Amino acid sequence: MHPNLGTEMLGVMQKRTVVKILLIFTLVFTTSNLFAKETEKEGEGDIKTEIKEFIDHHLQDSHDFTLFSDKETGKHYGFPLPVILWDGGLKVFSSSKFHHGETLANIDGNYYKLYHSKIYKTDAAGTITYDEAHHATNVKPLDFSITKNVVSMILIGLLMFFMFSSLAKSYKKNNGIPTGIGRFLEPLVLFVRDEIAVPNIGEKKYKKYMSFLLTVFFFIWFLNLLGMTPLAVNVTGNIAVTFALALLTFLITNFTANKNYWGHIFWMPGVPTFMKIVLAPIELLGVFIKPFSLMIRLYANMTAGHVVIMSIVGLLFIFKSWVGGPLSFGLAFALSLLELLVAALQAYIFTMLSALYFGMATEEAHH
Amino acid sequence: MEKLINDFSFGLFFWQILLFVALLLILRKFAWKPILEAVNNREEGIKNALESAEAAKKEMQNLQADNERILNEARAERDGMLKEAKQLKENIIADAKSEAQDAADKIVAQAQATIASEKKAAIADLKGQVAELSVEIAEKVVRKELDNKDKQLELVESMLGDVTLK
Repeated sequence: MHPNLGTEMLGVMQKRTVVKILLIFTLVFTTSNLFAKETEKEGEGDIKTEIKEFIDHHLQDSHDFTLFSDKETGKHYGFPLPVILWDGGLKVFSSSKFHHGETLANIDGNYYKLYHSKIYKTDAAGTITYDEAHHATNVKPLDFSITKNVVSMILIGLLMFFMFSSLAKSYKKNNGIPTGIGRFLEPLVLFVRDEIAVPNIGEKKYKKYMSFLLTVFFFIWFLNLLGMTPLAVNVTGNIAVTFALALLTFLITNFTANKNYWGHIFWMPGVPTFMKIVLAPIELLGVFIKPFSLMIRLYANMTAGHVVIMSIVGLLFIFKSWVGGPLSFGLAFALSLLELLVAALQAYIFTMLSALYFGMATEEAHH
Repeated sequence: MEKLINDFSFGLFFWQILLFVALLLILRKFAWKPILEAVNNREEGIKNALESAEAAKKEMQNLQADNERILNEARAERDGMLKEAKQLKENIIADAKSEAQDAADKIVAQAQATIASEKKAAIADLKGQVAELSVEIAEKVVRKELDNKDKQLELVESMLGDVTLK
């Protein structure tokens, strides 16, 4: 195994936090489902349900960039985003056609309805059919829309490009010394190299992984931070995003793995033959569990953070009192500070564990 | 789990992979490679500068040691020379002393010899004078004896009083 005791301890601690957060998360979500069911009975007007719906909606990706909306007048302030569907041909149109799910979009004779942040194909009346578990059974066309999350990722990508290419340029201009924002960024780049890549992968092989580690670290961190702004995006708390990131780690790990790594998985050296046979499936499972844990950890941490903060902010509207208001504000403020730490910590953990897996995959035999 | 799968959006996944890989490739070319190279070069430069400073320090120490050694040698040489000179001086003084002693001894011996010979000569002269005087006295005595016996005696007495040994 990797001789990094500190990392493993961190890993264990991390698992515990994840368990805790998952627990909170499940509790919140089970109650959320309860609320959701109550909605059907009580109808609208219940402040708690409204908050619940708002949080649920916020956690989801969205087809338009709504900054805020006025419930009474039914007005939404923001801008629509392009919808790209593949439904027997490419269909591109503006999300303003949905009017935030209030109307059907009629494209080339097909009707599409935006329902719970997803696009369904419906008949001209916009009927949605449900199964027993209250899930829509309508056909879902392949949705390649430029959603709020995609826009956020493009923004962060551009930001990263400008920040880091300016850092790269400042070296040339200033004889190897960074200027401006580079002075802040350079120590972070060096941190990824000296504290994440080199200790986990090793002096000799870390270089080819640096591009991935640096990109993933800043990408996650910046998106986490963007999630803390009032723009209210939740990119890193989206399972598709974390799945994509974890998939890349998985692919890089296994495509750069050496003989020694596969040897340790399928034919563990130094144990009796019987144990080798027992260990092989366990180790093979580990190959998939490792990136899976990356995916769930980031998703759960970010989602839980958003849910907790928004729930506490929501308390403000429930209490509507001189005690509840400051209390809710103080709690939300303290939790925001914690989330700032979590934003960096989760980026660090994702990058560090990726580096650890790369290190394991390229470790030379030393028995 | 069901919720997770339900939440999964293939479109977002597609864009995420596309954007992330594009970002990775672009940043690799325009940011990470130049940044890491620049940092590496700088670190290499610092390392080299430190090494050369260390080498210069060592050389300096060597030079200082050399200087010290040369100084010590020079000092030893000077000490040796001084010692030699002192020895030489002492030798010269001793030689001169012994030479002077010899010369003095010689002079003294010569003087003594001269004195001895002068003395001999004087004694011989005196002997001669005494003999002459004795003869004169005897003559005078003999003459006076002939006049007066008392006067003769007086004369002898006075004569003898005059005589002093020289």
